[in-house]
Amino acid sequence: MAKTKTNTEDYLRMYRQMVRIRSFEDNANQLYLSAKMPGLTHMYSGEEAVAVGICEALKVTDKITSTHRGHGHCVAKGANFKEMFCELLGKEEGYCRGKGGSMHIADQSNGNLGANAIVGGSMGIATGSAFTAKMLGKDDVTVCFFGDGATAQGLMYEVMNMAALWNLPVIYACENNGYSEYTKTEEIAAGLITARAEAFGIEAHQVDGQDVLAVNELTQDLVARARKGKGPFFMELMTYRYHGHHVGDINREYYRSKNEEKDWKENRDPIIKFRGWLVEQGIASEDEIEAMNAEVKKDAEEAVAYAEAAPYPGQAEVDMHVFTDVKHALA
Amino acid sequence: MSLQTSNMRWPEEEDMREITLSQAVNEALAEEMRRDETVFIIGEDVAEAGTPFKVLSGLVEEFGTERVVDTPISEPGFMGLAVGAAMTGTRPVVDLMFGDFIYLIMDQLCNQAAKTHYMSGGKMSAPLVLRTNMGATRRSAAQHSQSLHALVAHIPGLKVAMPSSAYEAKGLMKTAIRDNNPVVIFEDKLMYNDKAPVPEEEFLIPFGEANIKREGSDITLIATSSMVQVCEAAAEILAKEGIDAEVIDPRTIVPLDEETLIASAKKTSRVIVVDEGHQSYGITGEIAGRINEKAFYHLDAPVLRMGAMDVPVPFSPALEDITVPTPEAVAENARKLMSGEMIHAA
Repeated sequence: MAKTKTNTEDYLRMYRQMVRIRSFEDNANQLYLSAKMPGLTHMYSGEEAVAVGICEALKVTDKITSTHRGHGHCVAKGANFKEMFCELLGKEEGYCRGKGGSMHIADQSNGNLGANAIVGGSMGIATGSAFTAKMLGKDDVTVCFFGDGATAQGLMYEVMNMAALWNLPVIYACENNGYSEYTKTEEIAAGLITARAEAFGIEAHQVDGQDVLAVNELTQDLVARARKGKGPFFMELMTYRYHGHHVGDINREYYRSKNEEKDWKENRDPIIKFRGWLVEQGIASEDEIEAMNAEVKKDAEEAVAYAEAAPYPGQAEVDMHVFTDVKHALA
Repeated sequence: MSLQTSNMRWPEEEDMREITLSQAVNEALAEEMRRDETVFIIGEDVAEAGTPFKVLSGLVEEFGTERVVDTPISEPGFMGLAVGAAMTGTRPVVDLMFGDFIYLIMDQLCNQAAKTHYMSGGKMSAPLVLRTNMGATRRSAAQHSQSLHALVAHIPGLKVAMPSSAYEAKGLMKTAIRDNNPVVIFEDKLMYNDKAPVPEEEFLIPFGEANIKREGSDITLIATSSMVQVCEAAAEILAKEGIDAEVIDPRTIVPLDEETLIASAKKTSRVIVVDEGHQSYGITGEIAGRINEKAFYHLDAPVLRMGAMDVPVPFSPALEDITVPTPEAVAENARKLMSGEMIHAA
């Protein structure tokens, strides 16, 4: 694995954040399977090194835009379990007072401008966030997370063109998990994805999205240059989603084999891989890692229990926040 | 088209000078950009070209290309960019060259901007203005002539303003820029050169306050945008026949000053709603429905809707001119309502 951060605390935090994402998703999946969670959700499990590697290179004031598969981004950018589970269950204490849910979770206090349920829908928002930074003379960088499926949206090419023309401090982070919903990406994407960014003169990199240190090292470099007005940049992060397109996509052998899933989980898991490296480097012992895992698991379970018991918003909430200046839009 | 200004009560007329609607919009933008350095304009050919209608001429000279931003021909792209910019601390004024292009930006406007505040539980907002236009009879055919305000008025979270003169164009624009919600302003592109008295000193027009352009007691004509002029002309025709028409301009259709409209309906007992959007499923039906629900027992006739014909706007002048309401057509319907001819029309 590549080496970037030299601080032991940083490595351990990265590991912890990846485990937190996995743990969050395991619980969210259970909530869905036990019919305790309304609606549906899209699991980030398997892609943890992408969100963590990138967000660990950002400051709190830096911005991200997220996707329908967005829990990992939200956790990695600093969100708390309690408010996240409350949001997933539609409770008043959720990040969005239960009005957004899994697909719209946002945490503006940590610079997460929100998940987006329109594939590719946040690419304009991320570019606009970078525009603000440039216009107001701030050194904030914005990372736009999106999947390989979103590379088929025209909006992406419109905003990359403008970002390149105006040197905006935005990094387009394509999480290529190999599947565009229920279809292999190779069936929907002609040519190389990085070449599309390069066509606009945008420096593009492909990186192993299962290697948190490689992702982090690349991101640190790009963020530093974007802060100095050298953006935009493009990253294609090769990764894999362990679950189906969404939690209900259980029988999926018609589009991908169980053997393929098994291979990624056993041989390319980002958490197992990084854990091995931490032990090998003497940064943490197996016992310390197990203790950390147990602690995160407990945190997640407590947050789930808290969210389950938390109150729903009152019905009077339904017409609040339609407009900023009208308390109840229908009053 | 001539513009009636005799009923304008505030400010006093001696404080006014006459400027075009185009100049009024330009002044509003310049004043707000001087007041607030986070305001910027973004769109196609907005800088040196000042738009094809020359509404923005001179602004790039004062504010530079960093705040009057020319974009590629990428409507969804610059609309989306504006949403993100608005969410993070600036106040974009998006220039959409033709209202017809609103179909291109619907996702960014309606799925993103309109829902940002609500979906985030009130934690985020998108304070942006989308300036665009409407209006047929410019011989521009079906893709450059539509009046599509009903499409966006349908979406919760968007405010919609429809200035009917230079005075409204300036006052509503300044209010829109200061509003913390996404606001869509539809300017009638045939009115850009129409002059009206506009105060020298600063003023704002609050949203949700209708303007009674002409008081009357026999029939209420509720009209938006250029249809206000049409209805004022109709009222002149009717006055000669002894019919005293009241003309009301809602000025914003979201929020809608229902109170003023209902009060007038109760007073006159007869109402025609006139708007340049297609008649079916449009603004006229919405306003007629609300009057029906809230003033039913005060009505002496069904509330009539007069919108644009439900056809794509034709190119040929011989056809195009008959697709939109005219003063004569409004007057004719008013006569029918007054004579009782349409009471049992259904």
